Amino acid sequence: MGTDRHFRVWRGNEAGGELKDYQVEVNEGEVALDVLHRIQATEEPDLAVRWNCKAGKCGSCSCEINGKPRLACMTRMSTFEETETVTVTPIRTFPIVRDLVTDVSFNYAKALAMPAFKPPGELAPGEYRMQQVDIERSQEFRKCIECFLCQTICHVIRDHEENKEAFSGPRLFIRAAELDMHPLDARSDREEFAQAAQGLGLCNITKCCTEVCPEHIKITDNAIIAMKERVVDERFDPLVRLGRKIFRRDRRQPASTK
Amino acid sequence: MTNIERHTYDVVVIGAGGAGLRAAIEARLAGKKTAIISKSLFGKAHTVMAEGGAAAAMGNVNSKDNANVHFCDTMRGGKFLNNFRMAELHAQESPARIWELETYGALFDRTKDGKISQRNFGGHEYPRLAHVGDRTGLELIRTLQQKIVSLQQEDNEEFGDYEARLRVFDECTITEVFLDGGKVSGCFGYIRESGEFVVFEAPAIVLATGGVGKSYKVTSNSWEYTGDGHALALRAGATLINMEFLQFHPTGMVWPPSVKGILVTESVRGDGGVLRNSEDKRFMFDYVPDVFRQQYAETEEEADRWYDDQENNRRPPELLPRDEVARAINAEIKAGRGTASGGVYLDVSTRMPAEVIKRKLPSMYHQFKELADVDITKQPMEVGPTCHYIMGGVEVDPDTTAACVPGLFAAGEVSGGMHGSNRLGGNSLSDLLVFGKRAGEYASAHASATKRVTVADSAVAAAAETALAPLERGESCENPYRLQQELQQVMGDLVGLIRTRTELEGSLTRLAGLKERIAKVGVTGGRRYNPGWHLALDLRNMLVVSEATARAALEREESRGGHTRDDFPAMRPEWRCINLVCTLADQSIGLTRKPVPAMRPELLRLFKRAELTKYLTEEELAEFDAIAGQGSEN
Ligand SMILES: Cc1cc2nc3c(=O)[nH]c(=O)nc-3n(C[C@H](O)[C@H](O)[C@H](O)COP(=O)(O)OP(=O)(O)OC[C@H]3O[C@@H](n4cnc5c(N)ncnc54)[C@H](O)[C@@H]3O)c2cc1C
Ligand code: SF4
Ligand code: SF4
Ligand code: FES
Repeated sequence: MGTDRHFRVWRGNEAGGELKDYQVEVNEGEVALDVLHRIQATEEPDLAVRWNCKAGKCGSCSCEINGKPRLACMTRMSTFEETETVTVTPIRTFPIVRDLVTDVSFNYAKALAMPAFKPPGELAPGEYRMQQVDIERSQEFRKCIECFLCQTICHVIRDHEENKEAFSGPRLFIRAAELDMHPLDARSDREEFAQAAQGLGLCNITKCCTEVCPEHIKITDNAIIAMKERVVDERFDPLVRLGRKIFRRDRRQPASTK
Repeated sequence: MTNIERHTYDVVVIGAGGAGLRAAIEARLAGKKTAIISKSLFGKAHTVMAEGGAAAAMGNVNSKDNANVHFCDTMRGGKFLNNFRMAELHAQESPARIWELETYGALFDRTKDGKISQRNFGGHEYPRLAHVGDRTGLELIRTLQQKIVSLQQEDNEEFGDYEARLRVFDECTITEVFLDGGKVSGCFGYIRESGEFVVFEAPAIVLATGGVGKSYKVTSNSWEYTGDGHALALRAGATLINMEFLQFHPTGMVWPPSVKGILVTESVRGDGGVLRNSEDKRFMFDYVPDVFRQQYAETEEEADRWYDDQENNRRPPELLPRDEVARAINAEIKAGRGTASGGVYLDVSTRMPAEVIKRKLPSMYHQFKELADVDITKQPMEVGPTCHYIMGGVEVDPDTTAACVPGLFAAGEVSGGMHGSNRLGGNSLSDLLVFGKRAGEYASAHASATKRVTVADSAVAAAAETALAPLERGESCENPYRLQQELQQVMGDLVGLIRTRTELEGSLTRLAGLKERIAKVGVTGGRRYNPGWHLALDLRNMLVVSEATARAALEREESRGGHTRDDFPAMRPEWRCINLVCTLADQSIGLTRKPVPAMRPELLRLFKRAELTKYLTEEELAEFDAIAGQGSEN
C-alpha cells in the first residue's frame, strides 16, 4: 500500500554535515515525523530528532521542511507530490547540536530576563475575579507551545546573529503582551520593557512570525502592533500613562481587528 | 572518571512535569538548593498534553460540590481500592492548589461571575474541572515553568545568579539512584546533548517521572514514558503497588494508522458528545453496571436533558468512568459493530453548533482536521481504546509521599495508591499539584535533617559502565528499536485491556526471552544526542515495569477498574482488601500481598450502606453496621 518516497535529511553537527538521501516507504495518513522515525528504526538508529506528543501540542519537533519552518508531526505527507523530494533540515536560526536537533537555549535565556507576572497584593488566592472577555486576548497568547518557529523565521535574528543580544523575538513579544493585557498583573511597564530591553523597535512588521505559528496566534496584529502603538501613545501623552490602569479594559481591544 | 560533572544539591527532583515542577517550587520556597531534571526540554513534559482539566471541588458552578463529594467520587472511580488518605488529602487540598496557580499568572476559563469555570467529566458528580479550553495541561505546565523563572529572578536579585538555588537540567536522563547505608545519596545520568555523564549528590530525591505507556504500541503517551521512575525506585529497594491497573482511555484516534492511540479528550463527551456503533445505536445505555445504575440515565431523552438540568435528571452513560466506557467500546467492536478501521463513532457534530464546537474543543477540531482530514463539526470522529495512564506506582506514605527507602519521595503518575484501580479524568492534574507540593515540602524537611551525603567513586564507575555497555557492544547485537516493537507487541497482545490466565502466562515467558535479549542490546553511533543509545538504556526499565504489570495481573483473580480478567469477570470483595506489592530481587519481580488501609469510620459513613454492599466483604459490612450504630438507616 505504501509508496516509495525520496527524502533528504541533514546529518551532522556543529562542525559541519551534509544532506543524506533516503528512499523510504510512506503509508496513508503519515506525517513527516513518522518517516523520520522509520529511517531511525530501519537505517539510522542514531538519527537525532526531537519529539514528544506527535499531535502538535508540545512544540518539540520543529524543523525546516523544504525550507519552511514546520512541526514535523503536523506535516502530512499527502501535502507533497509522490515524486517530490522532501528535504528536512534543522531550524536555521539556532546552533546545531546534531542532525535535526538545535540548541534553543537562546529562547529560555530571553524568557529568564522577562519580568514575571506580579500578583496583585490586595487579593488572596481564590479571590481573583476576571471576566472571560477580559482574558481572551491573553489566553490567545498563552496557547503558545514554544515551538520557536516564529523565532526561527524572524529575519531580525535569522539573518543577523549580532541582533540576538538586543532582540528577544516574537515569542517573547507575545509574552510581554500577554502580561500587559492580564487584568490583574500589578506591573505597568510591560510596553516600555518590550521597547527598551526586548528590542521591539527592531521588528519591522513583516508578519512572517504570524504566518508560521502552528497555533495561529496573531502575533503581529494582536501583540506586536498593539504594543508598538501604545508605546508611541504613551511617549507623547503623559495622561495616557496616568490613566493606564483605569482604561486597561479598552486597551485590550485589538489594535487592528483583522 | 575525572571528566564526570558533579553537583551537590539539597533536593533533586527527577521530572519536570506538573508534579516535579510543583515539588521543586516548594523545595525552593523552603530555602533548599534544588535541581530539576528532565529528559526533554523544559516545558515539554507529558503534562503539557493534558487536555480536559484539573479536578478541584471549588463549587464555582454548582455550590453543592465540596471535598467530601469529590472524595466519594474518587473512591467510587477507583472501586474502593484507593489509599483513602491520599484521596482525602487530594479532595481537600486541590482547590487551594488551583487558586495558587492564579497567583502565578494562570488564566483559567471563567464563569459569568468571574470565577474559575468548571466542566463536567466522567465519574465526577458535579462540574468540577478547572480548564482552559482543551489545553489545560499546557496552561498548568507553563504557569509552573513561569513561576520557576520568577523564583530564579528573585534569586538573581539576591545572589546575582539565576541558578543560585534552583537550576533546571533539561535533556538529562537519570539512569541510577545511589544509596549510602540504605539511604538516598544521589543519582547518576547522562546529558543527551553531549553524552557526558553527570552525578548529583543529594540526601533527598523526588521521583516525578510520569508513566509507562510506551510499553504499548497503541498509546497516548510519548517516548518519555518508559517507566524510568518506577524502575529506579525498584532498583533502589523501594516497592510498587497496584501495577496491574492500567488505564485504557476509551477514546484514542484509530485512523489514520500513524496516529492510532493519540488522545481524544473526554471533554468531548463531557460537553455533549455521544458514542454510536456502526448500526447508529447509542450503545452505552446497554453497559451501565449495577454499581452505577442509580446515577445514570436510562433513556436518551433523560440523558440529553441532563446537560441543561442536572438537578432533575441523571447523567448520560457516556460519562461513566473510563474503564467502563473502554470495555463497552471493546465489546461493541468485538461483536462486529465497529467501524471499518476498528473503532466506534464519537459525535459532536449533530449535538452542537459548529461555532460552539470550535470554541469549546479547539485543539480537537485542529487535531482531526490536520491529522485525519475530518471536520468534527460536520462528521463523527472514529475512536477506540488507547493505553493512557498507570494507576500503579511507587508505594508512598500518603501524607509525606515518602517511599520506604529513606530520602526517596514520589509524586504524580509515578506514585501509586491515590487512584486505586481506576483514575477519574481530571484527577491527575490535581494530584500532581497536591502531592507535588507535599513531596517538595517533606523532601526539604528530610534534607534539613540529614547530614552531608557522598557518592562513592566505585558506584559512579559501575553506573557509567552499565550506561556505556550498549555502545560498546555495537551494531551486531540486538537492535533497540526492534526490541521495543517486540515488547510493545507482547504487552498489547497479552497484557492489554482484557486479560486471561493463559495469555498472561504467555506474556511472562515472552518477557523472560526479551530480558535476555535486552541484556545484549547494542547500538551504533557516538555518545552525542544518539536516540538509539537512549532507547537502549530505557529498555531495561520498560522491561521490569512490564513484568511487574504482567505478574500482578496474573495474580489478581478478579476484574476491577483498569484490570479486566476474562476468566474472572466479577469484582470480588475479598480482593478489595488486597494490594499487590512488587519488589525487585535478582532482576526479577517478586509479589507480596498487603492489606489496603481501612477507611476511617467518619469517611466510611459518607457512603450509603446500599452502595458499600457492592464493594465490601461481609465482615467489613458487619463492622460498618457496628460503627454506624444499631438500626441506622444510612
Ligand atoms: C494526551 C493526554 C491527556 C491527558 N489529559 C488529562 C486531563 O485532562 N486531566 C488530567 O488530570 N490528566 C490528564 N492526563 C494525565 C496527566 O497528564 C499525566 O498523568 C500527568 O501529566 C503526569 O504528570 P507528572 O508530573 O507525573 O509527569 P510528566 O508530566 O509526565 O513528567 C515526567 C517528567 O519526568 C521526566 N523524566 C522521566 N524519566 C526521567 C529520567 N529517567 N531522567 C530524568 N527525567 C525523567 C520527563 O522528562 C518529564 O519531565 C492526560 C495524559 C495524556 C497523555
Ligand atoms: S513581524 Fe517582527 S517579529 Fe515577526 S517575523 Fe517580522 S520582524 Fe520578526
Ligand atoms: S508563538 Fe506560535 S510560532 Fe511562536 S513559539 Fe509560540 S506557538 Fe510557536
Ligand atoms: S511532537 Fe509535539 S509538536 Fe510535534
